[in-house]
Amino acid sequence: MNQKVSQLMSAAFLLLAAASVIVPFLALVSAALQPATTLSPRLEWPSDPQWGNFAEAWTSAGFGTLIASSAFIAVVVVPISIVLATLAGYAMGTMRMKGKTGLFVLFIAGLTLPFEAIVIPLYFSMRDIGLIDTQWAVILPLMGAFMPFGIFWMRTHFESVPQEIIEASQLDGAGRFRTLIQILLPGATPAVTTYGLLTFMWAWNQFLLALILIRDPSKRTAPSGLGTFVQQYGENIPLLAAGTIIVIAPVVALYLVFQRKFVAGLVQGALK
Amino acid sequence: MFARAPRGTSGSREQKKRDFVPYLYVLPALVAYSLFILVPWAQSIWTSFWHWDGIGAATWAGLENYVAVFSNDDLSIALRNGLGFIIFYSVIPVVLGALLAAVIAARPRRGTGLVRTVLFLPQILPLVAVGVIWRYLYSADGPINQTLSAIGLGGAARAWLGDFVWAYPAVGAVGTWVSTGLCVLLLLSGIQKIDPSLYEAAKLDRCGPVGLFMHVTLPGIRKEVVVALTVTLIAALASFDIVYVTTGGGPGLQTIVPGVLIYRLVFTSNEVGLACALATVLSAIILVFVALIGRLGREQT
Repeated sequence: MNQKVSQLMSAAFLLLAAASVIVPFLALVSAALQPATTLSPRLEWPSDPQWGNFAEAWTSAGFGTLIASSAFIAVVVVPISIVLATLAGYAMGTMRMKGKTGLFVLFIAGLTLPFEAIVIPLYFSMRDIGLIDTQWAVILPLMGAFMPFGIFWMRTHFESVPQEIIEASQLDGAGRFRTLIQILLPGATPAVTTYGLLTFMWAWNQFLLALILIRDPSKRTAPSGLGTFVQQYGENIPLLAAGTIIVIAPVVALYLVFQRKFVAGLVQGALK
Repeated sequence: MFARAPRGTSGSREQKKRDFVPYLYVLPALVAYSLFILVPWAQSIWTSFWHWDGIGAATWAGLENYVAVFSNDDLSIALRNGLGFIIFYSVIPVVLGALLAAVIAARPRRGTGLVRTVLFLPQILPLVAVGVIWRYLYSADGPINQTLSAIGLGGAARAWLGDFVWAYPAVGAVGTWVSTGLCVLLLLSGIQKIDPSLYEAAKLDRCGPVGLFMHVTLPGIRKEVVVALTVTLIAALASFDIVYVTTGGGPGLQTIVPGVLIYRLVFTSNEVGLACALATVLSAIILVFVALIGRLGREQT
């Protein structure tokens, strides 16, 4: 009897926790489908769902442009970050280097650094070299910002590769670069994929850098465009909700498809 | 070892090349990291010793900006609010996360996989979107107040984010909403590594569920608790997006955090040196806390 009660209680506890995450999403979806005139929509499924709100948010509220801008940033940042982190992680995980520990500590220090601490000088430097208001003002710092986790992550992967494989490849006459490309990279696909997904998510979600380094609202990223939009049109909740759904859709879709990789990446990355 | 190649000069050249090549692989990453992270970081610290409005000439300030960070009310309120968010972003999520993880681990049943997926969802969203969602939920005639009225608690309804008493915990609760899922998964992975025989032994000693949690689970997940605290604490102190979108720091300065104040100092009041001093203090506080938590985690293990 007692056991049944505790079982029921723990099931109720889990359900309550899951509901507290899901209900805000349902509220968002229901708000996005209300007629535009309603000030604060009731928490109920709309009798006449206004799917047109999404089209309006995409075109007249400009989320289409913002999505394109965000996508451009992610498409440039993710592959470059993968290449840089893989090369550095390969060297630091498999080769002998003097000062390797010091170098590693230097990179890892970046894990604790808040963007607040670098964004002000970045603003003035980017202005001076004329990159402010372009996507490059966000792309370049993000490449640097992703290196601490990337090197940590790829180094851990390459350290786990048996040294004999590398030695065998080099005895066969392959150079270090060919060993990386032909022998190690195929096995590194899971690690690289996870890192790519995480950097995509971090680039896509980036707000502070985009807000400050791209002052022209039409060139901003989707999240920072959303931030501006709230300040300007916060009253039109259905349109705002539709815009929010457009902005979160890409990451939510990726998460639902690659759920395990996201979770494993964030959890293992933190724990290692 | 192959250290001495039998070919004289060409061998020693090879030797030198070998020492040199690994750095070439690290170089691109190091250049990106140095140019766009380390150099701005150093510039920020350097600027913090100057009075500068961002346009004209800078004048030497020495430690004046740092004195201001600790004596000026607005700035110290921002730091205090940021530190207070640790309760909402870190402490409550770790406690809730430990309980949820223990419940999930105790009896794996159908649907727990789905629950885990759902709990982790807020972790992957842009925080701006999280802020927009909660801004709507908290609004004067929004869903939370509608629910309160529906269950007869209409008297408690208020404009949560504009309320001088409730705005701060209301914004903090959003942090709890975001962090808890990550804590659940981190702590769950710790619990799953605990040797089951420890539980058997404790059960023989007549430990109940609470006793098992206190004497076996908690000590077993010490490392994971340290990691969860570290990650969420950095998020608390460096918080910007949620506050910027939900309250902008208001009402008054009730929810101001260092990130939002730094933004205002640079772009509203042109106090670039002061903003850099605040940013430097913020990163120093984070480093100290991360080091302290790491040390706490290492003791008794």
